[in-house]
Amino acid sequence: MIIPHPYLGPRDACEFVYKGDAELVFRPERVEPVDYDAFHDYLYLRQNPAGIHKELWYHEYGDRSWLVVTRNTQTHEILKVEFASNYISKQKNRKSNV
Amino acid sequence: MKYSAAKIFLEGIFGNRGWRKAWREPQPKKNYDVIIIGGGGHGLSTAYYLSNVYNINNVAVLEKGWLGSGNIGRNTTIIRSNYLLPENEPFYEFSLKLWEGLEQDTNYNSMVSQRGVINIFHSDPQRDAFVRRGNAMLLSGADADLLDENALRKLCPYLDFENARFPVKGALMQKRGGTVRHDAVAWGYARGADMKGVDIIQNCNVEGFIIKNGVCSGVRTSKGDIQAKKVASCVAGSSSQVMSTAGIRLPIESHVLQAFVSEGLKPILDNVITFGAGHFYVSQSDKGGLVFGGDLDGYNSYAQRGNLPVVEDVCEGGMAIIPMIGRARLLRMWGGVMDMSMDGSPFIDRTHIDGLYFNGGWCYGGFKATPASGYCYAHLLATDTPHPVARGYKLDRFRTGNLIDEKGVGAQPNLH
Ligand SMILES: Cc1cc2nc3c(=O)[nH]c(=O)nc-3n(C[C@H](O)[C@H](O)[C@H](O)COP(=O)(O)OP(=O)(O)OC[C@H]3O[C@@H](n4cnc5c(N)ncnc54)[C@H](O)[C@@H]3O)c2cc1C
Repeated sequence: MIIPHPYLGPRDACEFVYKGDAELVFRPERVEPVDYDAFHDYLYLRQNPAGIHKELWYHEYGDRSWLVVTRNTQTHEILKVEFASNYISKQKNRKSNV
Repeated sequence: MKYSAAKIFLEGIFGNRGWRKAWREPQPKKNYDVIIIGGGGHGLSTAYYLSNVYNINNVAVLEKGWLGSGNIGRNTTIIRSNYLLPENEPFYEFSLKLWEGLEQDTNYNSMVSQRGVINIFHSDPQRDAFVRRGNAMLLSGADADLLDENALRKLCPYLDFENARFPVKGALMQKRGGTVRHDAVAWGYARGADMKGVDIIQNCNVEGFIIKNGVCSGVRTSKGDIQAKKVASCVAGSSSQVMSTAGIRLPIESHVLQAFVSEGLKPILDNVITFGAGHFYVSQSDKGGLVFGGDLDGYNSYAQRGNLPVVEDVCEGGMAIIPMIGRARLLRMWGGVMDMSMDGSPFIDRTHIDGLYFNGGWCYGGFKATPASGYCYAHLLATDTPHPVARGYKLDRFRTGNLIDEKGVGAQPNLH
């Protein structure tokens, strides 16, 4: 697989470390009383879709950026790549608008 | 029809005209006691033990493709019971004992070959770890032998003992481990279940469940709705997909694992060999091909095929311990979708929905578990209590803190 890095262009997927579902960037807040169910679900449960999946890749052998890659898990086709920081701020805006 | 040497002899004389199909092709009934989703190894062995041990015969196995089209027909066929943790080792040893009697039990030649599994170690600390594992195995009634370098040289003279980076220091061997003809496992269980009246229905895709007031009473399929008192999911890599139609999110990610076969060679590898410093395992099939594999590709995938970097990594592992492998040409490679759980261990449990049961999370070690998984799942379905050797395989173990993490790498499925 080749991942088109936003700055560095097409890079071999071998240069990256795979972390999993991009939902992992939204960790529940730790406020008293602690919502243990929310932490359990965050840490252990996954949507694991067959099809479009947003996921975290870390460019360890490159510029050490975290990327959010939108990829089809049935074909391995990569549809979109963005910096995780951009993704987070976009998602936060979207969430606070609703 | 009972298979026997006499039967083969007689059929030979009369032109092999008397063989009958190994199982029927029935249409689904409206109603069953138990519906098993997934006609892989685990689904079929569940049906077999339900009907043969627990006397529940009004059972259907629903398979979306053909029998054995999933991982049961794609694995590298290694069986062993060399686990460390007390939740795992008795279960896998139970499985190995069932393998030892399987062919007599099912009256089917599944070519169980106890050729010995040899786990190589490369350093003193690794030796210590393997001794500990061997002791854990012995405590659970399994067998384990520690081989020093000389003993290993006698058994496997072709290993690269003087490798500068990973010198071969010895091995932990389980003599009762080995390989089994994977397709024949599915066929033998299918035939044995069918003979007891189990309906095996192929090309029947389960699209959803019939659930009312927290009770599951059947499934929706491409062949229409079918009612059942109990519904048992057993779909390996498709677990998240199937269970999501019941609104259940699982502690599972689906990953691709590749396997490889070389051209046919004269007998050179008598045992199953595994590399202790990388990830590589190999055996030789009866047709002569070297069957080998290594790590997962490492990203979520339902594609049933992987990428080239893992091919390179696996072959490097092979070259590091068995340099002569470099002379063999690769004939075939393929991939299967693995149900990787968050701690690397499986689930055999009820769900919070009455009448809906779940079996999955087998990662890439589920072939060796096929007999015990089916036996324990059948026990759970028949008695509504977990089988004593499968008590740890609970769906809520992450909530209660009872993880079974053999490798100790945490909630990162691609590392197990
Ligand atoms: C390359 C490779 C190498 C492996 N090597 C080993 C090994 O050496 N030793 C070992 O112990 N294990 C090994 N494994 C793991 C082992 O093969 C699996 O863990 C095991 O086969 C999974 O259980 P199963 O046989 O029931 O799965 P499967 O055979 O995959 O059965 C699941 C079935 O469910 C069906 N299904 C899915 N969705 C639906 C639906 N909606 N409706 C109806 N049916 C459905 C599928 O078509 C499939 O037939 C390996 C796996 C792979 C891919």
